[in-house]
Amino acid sequence: MTIEIKTSTLEPIRHTFEHTKRRFGDKPASRYQEASYDIAPEQNFHYRPLWQPDKELFDKSRTAVVMEDWNVHKDPRQYYYGTYVQARAKLQEVTESNYSFFEKRGMADRMNDEVKAKIIRCLVPLRHAELGANMNNMYAFSYGTATVVNQGFLYHSMDRLGIAQYLSRIGLLLDGNSTDSLAAAKEFWMSDPAWQGLRRYIENVLCVEDWFEVFIAQDVVLDTLVYDLIYRQFDEAITEQGGSDLAMLIEFMQEWYKDGSRWVDATLKTTVGESEHNRETISRWVAEWQEKAVADLTPLAELAVGEGAIDVCVEVLNKRLAKAGL
Amino acid sequence: MSKAYIALQDNEESHYIVEAIEEDNPTATVIYQPAMIRIENEGSLVIKRETVEDKMGRDWEIQALHVNLITLGGNVDEDDDQFSLTWKQ
Repeated sequence: MTIEIKTSTLEPIRHTFEHTKRRFGDKPASRYQEASYDIAPEQNFHYRPLWQPDKELFDKSRTAVVMEDWNVHKDPRQYYYGTYVQARAKLQEVTESNYSFFEKRGMADRMNDEVKAKIIRCLVPLRHAELGANMNNMYAFSYGTATVVNQGFLYHSMDRLGIAQYLSRIGLLLDGNSTDSLAAAKEFWMSDPAWQGLRRYIENVLCVEDWFEVFIAQDVVLDTLVYDLIYRQFDEAITEQGGSDLAMLIEFMQEWYKDGSRWVDATLKTTVGESEHNRETISRWVAEWQEKAVADLTPLAELAVGEGAIDVCVEVLNKRLAKAGL
Repeated sequence: MSKAYIALQDNEESHYIVEAIEEDNPTATVIYQPAMIRIENEGSLVIKRETVEDKMGRDWEIQALHVNLITLGGNVDEDDDQFSLTWKQ
């Protein structure tokens, strides 16, 4: 007797949600697509918000930028909650081991006082700027349209809080957990002339109402300049001066910036490419904020790195903008 | 000519690989079987690292293909950037 083994194929009744199917066709969808697209409601709202009765929830008119469909955006990293958390956990694991190595080997004691003082003056006060960046991204998250765009802002925002915490820990590592460096850094942030420009810039952005303008001012213009200045140029400068072990502590920021930039670039490019109106609006914002940012950052750039450092940052920013079609 | 083919487990990661294969091999046929996706193409089939990375949105090594691989048919040519199956006759 022979036994013939047969498999019978059962066609699934549906491959994915109806709204995902409408956008991507009737085929198995990725988790990212299912978790991100067409999630936030766009119509049939019962009530208008009490705090802004002229607009609806997720109203598209909260920014001057116009998109026919905000759901055409895509995060190249395809982060939804699950993948985002996994990616950050991985990055954090490496960072934690770097920090404990730094502490275990007493590397802070091997840095001379001058280098330590420079780090406390030029790097640690950034934790206040990072908190500002956290709030700015959270603002864009709250008032933005479409989950696929918003979630990027939320992740970016939480990352900034994490970076602010790592900067605080750098301070604690340098002052032997006495919090003296954090108090000193706060003082620099509040009254040191080198930091007042950046503080003014951040505080101005906190007052901007248009959430896409906030994105441009914070994530595109300011971050490009600051991250190149501090995490590349200052890193090189401090290495020259004998503080090369700092590199272990700021690797998180460097890796994160590379990762986050992919999302910033994609969001910028898609929005700029949508229409001539968007291109003009965004170029105007970029020009305005860039002028302020360069003026406000120059004193810090001269203090942290030296003459001409800011020009190098501007070049990096211009290259980045050109890639986005601006 | 015979068909070069590859079968992958039907999971989240494979979907990206399948999408990339579809893009790089426009004539390939994709057959969804229970828990398995079989892709076949007349003569040759190629998987490119760059396309898969683009679909996944992260770095991906060609060797990672083996995690989801069930079976394949064809003469294998593999390097860091691509994995191809051909029938040399």
